[in-house]
Amino acid sequence: MLQAPELSPEQVEQDKVYQEMGLTDKEYDMIKNIMGRRPNFTEIGIFSVMWSEHCSYKTSKPLLSKFPTEGPQVVQGPGEGAGVVNIGDGQGVVFKVESHNHPSAVEPYQGAATGVGGIIRDVFSMGARPIASLNSLRFGNLNTGRVKYLFDEVVHGIAGYGNCVGVPTVGGEVQFDDCYEGNPLVNAMCVGLIDTKDIQKGIAAGLGNTIMYVGSKTGRDGIHGATFASEDLSEDSESKRSNVQVGDPFMEKLLIEACLEVIHSDALVGIQDMGAAGLTSSASEMASKAGMGMEMNLDLIPQREENMTAYEMMLSESQERMLLCVKKGEEQEIVDIFKKYDLEAVAVGEVTGDKMFRLLHKGDVVADIPVDNLAEDAPIFHKESKVPHIYEEYQKMPAYKPDVTDHAETLKQLLQQPTIASKEYIYDQYDSMVQANTVFSPGSDAAVVRVRGYDKAIAMTTDCNSRYIHLDPEVGGKIAVAEAARNIVASGAKPLALTDGLNFGNPDKPENFWQMEKSVEGMSAASLRLNTPVISGNVSLYNESNGQAIFPTPVVGMVGLHQSLSDITPSHFQHEGDLVYVIGETKAEFGGSELQNLLEGKYFGKAPAIDLDTEAKRQEQLLDAIQAGLVSSAHDLAEGGLGVAVAECLFNGKGLGAELQVEGDVTSALFSESQSRFLVSIPEGKRQAFEAKVEDARLLGTVTSSNRLVVRNGDKEAITEDVESLQQLWKGAIPCLLKSKA
Amino acid sequence: MKFAVVVFPGSNCDRDMYYAAKDALGEEADLVWYQEANLDGYDAILIPGGFSYGDYLRSGAIASTSDIVKQLRTQAEKGIPILGVCNGFQILLESGLLPGAMLRNQNLKFMCHFENLVVENNDTLFTSKYQKGEVVSIPIAHHDGNYYCDEETLAKLKENNQIVFSYQNNPNGSVADIAGIINEQGNVLGMMPHPERAVEAILNSDDGFKLFQSMLENWRERYVAGA
Repeated sequence: MLQAPELSPEQVEQDKVYQEMGLTDKEYDMIKNIMGRRPNFTEIGIFSVMWSEHCSYKTSKPLLSKFPTEGPQVVQGPGEGAGVVNIGDGQGVVFKVESHNHPSAVEPYQGAATGVGGIIRDVFSMGARPIASLNSLRFGNLNTGRVKYLFDEVVHGIAGYGNCVGVPTVGGEVQFDDCYEGNPLVNAMCVGLIDTKDIQKGIAAGLGNTIMYVGSKTGRDGIHGATFASEDLSEDSESKRSNVQVGDPFMEKLLIEACLEVIHSDALVGIQDMGAAGLTSSASEMASKAGMGMEMNLDLIPQREENMTAYEMMLSESQERMLLCVKKGEEQEIVDIFKKYDLEAVAVGEVTGDKMFRLLHKGDVVADIPVDNLAEDAPIFHKESKVPHIYEEYQKMPAYKPDVTDHAETLKQLLQQPTIASKEYIYDQYDSMVQANTVFSPGSDAAVVRVRGYDKAIAMTTDCNSRYIHLDPEVGGKIAVAEAARNIVASGAKPLALTDGLNFGNPDKPENFWQMEKSVEGMSAASLRLNTPVISGNVSLYNESNGQAIFPTPVVGMVGLHQSLSDITPSHFQHEGDLVYVIGETKAEFGGSELQNLLEGKYFGKAPAIDLDTEAKRQEQLLDAIQAGLVSSAHDLAEGGLGVAVAECLFNGKGLGAELQVEGDVTSALFSESQSRFLVSIPEGKRQAFEAKVEDARLLGTVTSSNRLVVRNGDKEAITEDVESLQQLWKGAIPCLLKSKA
Repeated sequence: MKFAVVVFPGSNCDRDMYYAAKDALGEEADLVWYQEANLDGYDAILIPGGFSYGDYLRSGAIASTSDIVKQLRTQAEKGIPILGVCNGFQILLESGLLPGAMLRNQNLKFMCHFENLVVENNDTLFTSKYQKGEVVSIPIAHHDGNYYCDEETLAKLKENNQIVFSYQNNPNGSVADIAGIINEQGNVLGMMPHPERAVEAILNSDDGFKLFQSMLENWRERYVAGA
């Protein structure tokens, strides 16, 4: 490969080379001011990645500060590799979500695979053993060859990486809408378990301590990945395939085991993963957080290719690399631990006291930058915000009234919508059971992983209905958090905290920024009311392809705790004769619904309303009933409403059916997407106790052994269907779409 | 009874296997790193699943060339029970301790779910607690689980009753629905499904537990009761 010609500081300024790296004229001037001179090519490259949205959150910081981040359960809030919540017995759960959207749009297998790898490193760099992965995916509708390719390869990439590293992929969600056609979303979440005494930090403290490099050698892959992630996708994005990193899960597995051994060594001071912006971000952040400086000799960096320049080494996003700060004189202890796994730990620099980030290469100082300006003190921009015209239009529209005559047929069609249909095709490719702790694998409301050796388990979920957020970001933001909590509660766990994966369009467009603002406000209100603080997160902006933004998609990853294994509650019906209840009232709310999309091919009008006090009350009462042992199954009502939820409750191969009676307008009763509702089944003998605990529960009917779903309205049968054939439609829909010719 | 769980770089079901022996069965177990292992003094050897050496070259191929495989051969000749699950089975095939080879799954995708297995042979050190013909639910999790052998080998496997488990609904294209086979001597079992993931009801099945119980019972009969 040819060596990139390096330009002089004067040329960088004159030819505005920094613009190609994503910096504006104004930012260049700020940098010149900070340096007191013209930055050289390497230095401007370092600034450009550290000041990219991906690393600096320069646009989103003012919004992120609105999130509630504290609570008695929070051990570590935002700012480290991942957040930590307390689950008792000296243990904590570590988790975070991260996006890999842009890489996945151009190189789906490696983009998705390295997304998984990166988030796993964030978790074990905290000292935690990764115990579960989840994901949240968005694609266009499965009717073009390109979308099918992206879909198949993203799933394949997640499987290829996750299965090999031995972290079970236990849950996730997938939504299909046209707005994601050119810009799919791939958000990966990792959950780890730690003894809280072992929590590590990414700091380079202690004057003279040694900086060590561990893991894969540095190559030219992924150069400027963070910058690439901070601009719109366009037709020439394909040419940036070389910006996409290549993953090696086997190396990651070795790193996990070695790092989990190293954290018990007293020689270790700090540890951080080389994620976005690789060596540059990990090194400068570690020094800045410790209030120190750092000097590194780039000649010592293990290199995969010959003649790499300082610029290339500092901007490479080669995967599976970690940076350690080690007590001076105790390096050998660290070297020996890594050696067991055939990994090399190399001393590459030291902690300095001058708060400068200084790099040497071939005898020259190639960069000398005040470190705080790179990491902690990157600029913050307050973007212009403007209410979009479309929002005002949606608000003015009269309530949408769907015209449905054949409810059975409509139910069948809904069950075949890819967003609702079974995701077995996807999750069957993930090892969901490795580590032998998985109680509920994908396909449940929330995934449940027991904590070995204790009478407790962890519930986890990812959720975000972006259609509601498109219609009304504030209400939709509330719903995203509430729905995640609802899923956790339905499984019998108490919601603890959340991680946010904010995916939006270009923030320079005031309408987009308004959507960001409002969604964050909605999410904040809900997380405050539901007592689930935000402990970590990720921001991905510029999710646009050819000028068209995605629906705002702030993904919520939530974790909860089952106080006893006996609280774990399935979402499927369990026993013949159990009584079926719906909790919560149903109104005629179809804005943003799956039914609206089915009938009209688009989403419009008002999003379903949500009252957070009501939401909190119903969640608390249901959890109380579950903990009292009164509930056989619980399922949240989401896309497709009650009709779809009832059908899903029967899809567990137990041969059960249900006979239900609904009141009022059948279409609303079956398909409205009113919020704050659950579908539960309880043993008949628990009826009084259950009704005493749960105020808004209404009896719908019973679970039968007939393998038929019967829904009556007055004396009319609205639905009489064989469960088995409904299940076949639901199960076969995605494989069928993939096979059909584009 | 004392179990050794052999850990290769990239093994990832090693702890699952260890807990099955130690916690579920309540016997002694050690995780032994492939370079440091001395397999003398163990009553049974477990080779766990995972991606040894990243499955580079072929699943199990690189691990099968490591020094510890020589020890495995010695222990196998001595009659020590050896169980290889998933990648462990692939390593046993690659090292020639069991006949046949693994191909990619017929659909060319990784698959992970519970499968119904039929216990074809319950007259082994590993399956004596099962009934012959019993159907058990045990998860699979593999990309290369499509067992292949030539007709001559298959005839021999059948003749010697070496097919221990078969799939009720063949998920991966394996010859003769084979899920697990044993060597002629009857002390080396390889199987793709993961019994160690099905040893407690909370994990959705405890049908794999009897396999470990069988190993324990047979060891007791041989060494404890006889002593």
